[in-house]
Amino acid sequence: MSRTFVGMPDFPTAAAGATHDPQLRHNLREATHTIRDKRDSAVGELDDWAQLRAAGKAIKDRTLRHLDGYLEQLESAVTAAGGTVHWAADAEEANAIVTRLVRDTGEREVVKVKSMATQEIELNNALDQAGITAYETDLAELIVQLGDDLPSHILVPAIHRNRAEIREIFLRTMADWGVPAPENLSDQPAALAEAARVHLRRRFLDTKVAISGANFAVADTGTLVVLESEGNGRMCLTLPETLISVVGIEKIVPSWSDLEVFLQLLPRSSTGERMNPYTSTWTGPTDGDGPRNFHLVLLDNGRTNALADEVGRQALRCIRCSACLNICPVYERTGGHAYGSVYPGPIGAILNPQLHGTSDPVDASLPYASSLCGACYEVCPVAIDIPEVLVHLRERVVSEPGHAAEKATMGAAGWVLNDGRRLGLAQRAIGAARSMVPRHIPGPPSAWTDTRDLPDIPEKSFRQWWRKREKAQEDETTGARQPREDGAEGRQRSDRRGGERS
Amino acid sequence: MRIALFVTCVNDTLFPDTGRAVVRLLERLGHEVVFPEAQTCCGQMHYNSGYRRDAQRLAVRFVETFGDADAVLVPSGSCAAMIRDNYTRLGEAGSPLGREAGALAPRVYDLTELLVDVLGVTDVGAYFPHTVTYHPTCHGLRVLGLGERPYTLLRAVRGLELRDLGGAAECCGFGGTFAMKNAEVSSAMGWDKARNVAGSGAEVLCAADNSCLMHIGGVLNRQRSGVRVMHLAEILASTEEEPAHT
Repeated sequence: MSRTFVGMPDFPTAAAGATHDPQLRHNLREATHTIRDKRDSAVGELDDWAQLRAAGKAIKDRTLRHLDGYLEQLESAVTAAGGTVHWAADAEEANAIVTRLVRDTGEREVVKVKSMATQEIELNNALDQAGITAYETDLAELIVQLGDDLPSHILVPAIHRNRAEIREIFLRTMADWGVPAPENLSDQPAALAEAARVHLRRRFLDTKVAISGANFAVADTGTLVVLESEGNGRMCLTLPETLISVVGIEKIVPSWSDLEVFLQLLPRSSTGERMNPYTSTWTGPTDGDGPRNFHLVLLDNGRTNALADEVGRQALRCIRCSACLNICPVYERTGGHAYGSVYPGPIGAILNPQLHGTSDPVDASLPYASSLCGACYEVCPVAIDIPEVLVHLRERVVSEPGHAAEKATMGAAGWVLNDGRRLGLAQRAIGAARSMVPRHIPGPPSAWTDTRDLPDIPEKSFRQWWRKREKAQEDETTGARQPREDGAEGRQRSDRRGGERS
Repeated sequence: MRIALFVTCVNDTLFPDTGRAVVRLLERLGHEVVFPEAQTCCGQMHYNSGYRRDAQRLAVRFVETFGDADAVLVPSGSCAAMIRDNYTRLGEAGSPLGREAGALAPRVYDLTELLVDVLGVTDVGAYFPHTVTYHPTCHGLRVLGLGERPYTLLRAVRGLELRDLGGAAECCGFGGTFAMKNAEVSSAMGWDKARNVAGSGAEVLCAADNSCLMHIGGVLNRQRSGVRVMHLAEILASTEEEPAHT
């Protein structure tokens, strides 16, 4: 049985550990900056990117608005093509369906194409408990499985590992899972890929059952679509006798013409390529070509809850490209494990609390795992306004019991700020106490003063200065003898600026 | 032109120099500045923290205070973005807030927008003989879309040498309450930003949002870097006769 995210600490706790891991920080920085630069140039090649993005958003929104109709259409089309459709309300039900389907074949081993949906429901563990071994075939997913690790990125699940670490994992564990790694394995990418190829080849040829996800499901023809880079997915989708696909209900597009948009948006946003190397499509089983039995498990697992939320539902537009992870300054410094779920990064921060609710401390902490810088929204190929949803989910979190100290502080601040006179009085109090503020403040503000200096507090607020100036000008006009304020008091706080403190 | 100044609660309380610089600059350019004293706060902190009703109250207050203004100047990118981008979301469809905020939004400007787009000036006659690097700030960059405006203004300042900032588009890590709730990540981002600032070789880090500058400046101070932080308004207000206090 492999590791799970269950029992992980909340985001701030897990993130703090990651920020102090220099190797992890280095691996992530290198990887995210490389992909981000590639994406930039691939997107920059298209002068109609903005229109493509708007089209992607519009297609997904329309599909979500009429999801019930498209799902029924998909079911009819898949059935007509000779496949069998199963409906799963949650992870438990989906796992039970898949386990039963595998058992019915009499097999005890399955190969898997990388699939977020099956990771989400922790299918491998469920199969393991039923005595069925699932072999991951995506290179990065294989590294995670062999290393008894957890995925930390949607597209590159082993992004937190470098070549030397991967070599060590292959040498240590490949033999336990099948064909061992060559003894003289180097950490060159080609050598590592070759070791994985040899290891997986036997598995593809021997295994009778495959499990996949899908990037898209075309409603009017019942076609499923998988985009990938390595070809291992295509081996899984074509060689075994039985294919079981577990697909989230939001993966639907109405027709093939809609794919035109997404087959441009997805590769450029995810791998920074004009087109991904392998695009496989299948419409039910075909005699003498590919699997003889095809099952589609349509997974809800919280998606209709998200759909019911007018602001939050836009998260269901996500096509899992991971552009938001690669651009996110928070993800870059924490890695994916800190998010406590298979969906890390900005999209995970809005998707997980919607799929699971916010009663768990990890899910309740995720809407705060962002500085709201907006870079994720800018790169999202389907224009999910992630900052908007984060703020919306924060509202949900603070509407629940708890957070007493914060509510009191916000309430007090709101009271002061609701009246110009009250704010003026507060500013006078702050100004009077300015000399008493220590360099390191104990309690919650220490979060600031541990690593940063506080600004020096000015003696007078702007509004005090303004009033004095107005008065002086008034007196000048009326002939009263008052020296005019010249703003010189600004000099008193000049050491707010760096380098002047001793 | 008669310009209503919304100085913002943070500037008002902690960085009054910025407000004074704005007044000096605009009056030097021949405009009238008014400061409606009923003003308080745009509500960004409450909105971003999920306290929608408090934010709504502050938005209503803002719209009441500034509703009649020809132009509202907000010398803070994130507050200008809050007013322009989020106020209409705070008002339910068809509510007075939604309607009035929508009508007011096009008259709310960041300093660089007011100067370049409304007042049509890119050389404000400033003098600032120092090397400067500019941090565009997330809201200025992505929500307001300030683009080249700040750089154009800075390049026209006599004596000023503008230096490139590595990773300029990356967030500094302040993010309001993010700096408290996720202090470790916020610090890691701030320290990386400070490293880029040091790498620019500039004497002064400039931005149009004092919240970001408070965070980055706090790190630069802790590092004894010798780099000073200044709001763009203070540089633009600086002249040979009345130089900014560096």
